[in-house]
Amino acid sequence: MNNTNISPTENSFSKNTAWQITKAEYMESGHMACPGCGAALSMRHTLKILGPQTIVVMPACCWAIIAGGQPTTALSVPLLHTPFAVAAAAASGVRRSLTAQGKTGVEVLAWAGDGGTFDIGLQGISGAAERHEDIIYICYDNEAYMNTGIQQSSATPHGAWTTTTPGGKEFQYAKKDIMAIIKAHNPSYLASATIAYPEDFYLKLKKAKAASGFRFIHLLAACPSGWKIDSQDALKITRMAVDSGVFPLLEMDDNGLLRQTLKPENSIPVKDYLKAQGRFKKMPDLEIEAWQKEIG
Amino acid sequence: MHKQAILLGSDAIAHGVRLSRPEVISAYPITPQTHIIETLSEMVDSGELKSQYIKVESEMSAIAAVLGSVSTGSRSFTASSSQGLAMMHEILHWVAGARLPLVLVNANRALGAPWNIWSDQSDSFSQRDTGWLQIYCETSQEALDTIIIAYKASEQLMLPIMVMIDGFILSHTMERLLVPDQQIVDDYLPAYKAPYRLDPDNSLTFGAAAHPDLFYELKKTFSETMTEALTVLDQCQEEFAQKFGRCYQPVMRCPEGDEKSNTALLCCGAMTGTVRVAVAELNKNGTPTDLIKLRLLRPFPNRELCEALKDKKQVIVLNRACSYGVGGTLSQEVRAALYNLPQRPLINDVMISLGGKEVFPETITEVVENREQLSSVECNWLDS
Repeated sequence: MNNTNISPTENSFSKNTAWQITKAEYMESGHMACPGCGAALSMRHTLKILGPQTIVVMPACCWAIIAGGQPTTALSVPLLHTPFAVAAAAASGVRRSLTAQGKTGVEVLAWAGDGGTFDIGLQGISGAAERHEDIIYICYDNEAYMNTGIQQSSATPHGAWTTTTPGGKEFQYAKKDIMAIIKAHNPSYLASATIAYPEDFYLKLKKAKAASGFRFIHLLAACPSGWKIDSQDALKITRMAVDSGVFPLLEMDDNGLLRQTLKPENSIPVKDYLKAQGRFKKMPDLEIEAWQKEIG
Repeated sequence: MHKQAILLGSDAIAHGVRLSRPEVISAYPITPQTHIIETLSEMVDSGELKSQYIKVESEMSAIAAVLGSVSTGSRSFTASSSQGLAMMHEILHWVAGARLPLVLVNANRALGAPWNIWSDQSDSFSQRDTGWLQIYCETSQEALDTIIIAYKASEQLMLPIMVMIDGFILSHTMERLLVPDQQIVDDYLPAYKAPYRLDPDNSLTFGAAAHPDLFYELKKTFSETMTEALTVLDQCQEEFAQKFGRCYQPVMRCPEGDEKSNTALLCCGAMTGTVRVAVAELNKNGTPTDLIKLRLLRPFPNRELCEALKDKKQVIVLNRACSYGVGGTLSQEVRAALYNLPQRPLINDVMISLGGKEVFPETITEVVENREQLSSVECNWLDS
């Protein structure tokens, strides 16, 4: 994770990437996301890349609400809602059904939050990854159970306030290293990304789409209410997560090594990223310094 | 039309599944169900069965995988037992609520603690309220046939069906039976054509949140369909009888019983075989006894059961599952159904077996011969 080598293939994305974005929308207006929601923007752009021949499988998460209640839906691609723990298994079933019917050219996208990925859904993800199921699994990580009102998950960073870590200090564990866990399953494609760095995001989604087998993308997605930030700052602060080295943008190379795909032009101290958010308000300076040391 | 064979119960079930041509099978081992998925695995390996076979990492994923495949339009199958079925519980509700046609075979087994792998109906009785139809089979032939019938009924109703066999008693014993030819099954059970499916060319959202009024309305419709299920299942069983010559009904009077007797025994599952022997013996020895076998637990065949038991003075219900603090689970169902009879029989709740405790014909004859001593209020447990 601390490897700062820049992957030679990935540092060369075109300045024009943004202009290659399709104007077609597969996520409609009228969705239920909060203002500044990183998960909503991430879905919009994910579908622009994966295209209309995509089936989305979604467990309980913010997006189960964002997509809208009956009789409305925010997605113009098929969507299967599932219980919390089973997105990866249900997506496996969707893919096998398509295979049985001889249908090709359809992407199966499991789209889950950090609770459904790092915690309750992890077993099913491990199973699907081990079987090399031909699905793209995207975890949009807003670093807590935001949909139920900001409770700590194993994706919550050390020192962050949540309603179940009210002092910030009760919670002393490091964020679970989901990239290492998935990497150990030898996936076809593995990357971390954020829509706050859209060119990098686009290239990775395109690579995932071009590959087959089990593909996993870990997205950092800001949650203004959970992170205690202004909605208008959501993208700026997500970018700071990358710039401070807290959330490096990674991709697994052909040798199975995680390489950084984007070296921030303006490196910033961890402290700046943390101080920009209300959720780290109570974090002692000593701990912030320790975090900085860990990142280097 | 068919082949005669001597088969292990699990293998008979696998043939029922093979003949039904599921496109997707999800599999996770648990005793005593494991032989079913092993045999299916061999059938897939040999090419005899053309199914996607998903070896999942838990029962929760087993049921979730077929939730995905049926939603995408594929006839699917899975099997489980005991702890595994309990682990599926949340998704069982979801599959039914989503109106997905699916057939699941459950090899009835006790739930721990303590560990016990033997026959007991507590596992599936605990799933009564999930919205699945539940059918209990007495023999392996019945199980094989019921799987084929269940697919037909399930797809007409858009409701899932759980088919029960008693663990070990059926799954691990050999039986002489008839395996129908593929052609006649194909005539009876055409390929599944999903009215709705996950299809990018016709985009639909499945399972989105429903507000309270809509939710209530959907559940009302669900409940009505469950009631209609009795008729649909009857039609499917009737057509099966015409094509295959074997007749099944939700409530079946066993020929060993004396229809005119005041006393009836009622049970479900493989135990019925033993009870038949006991009842024949009782009738031979001057204790007239009737025997009613219940095949369908959900929807509960209230009317059929009332009709079968309306003239009885005493009904002894033999239970293999307990609702602790109340008594035998089956007894509660029977009591509720018979409550509306103008003249209700006395109902005795007998806990005949749990966790594989052996049921001998003598156990039954003793219960019936001492029927005057049975409590009609408390659950009657056997002396150990």
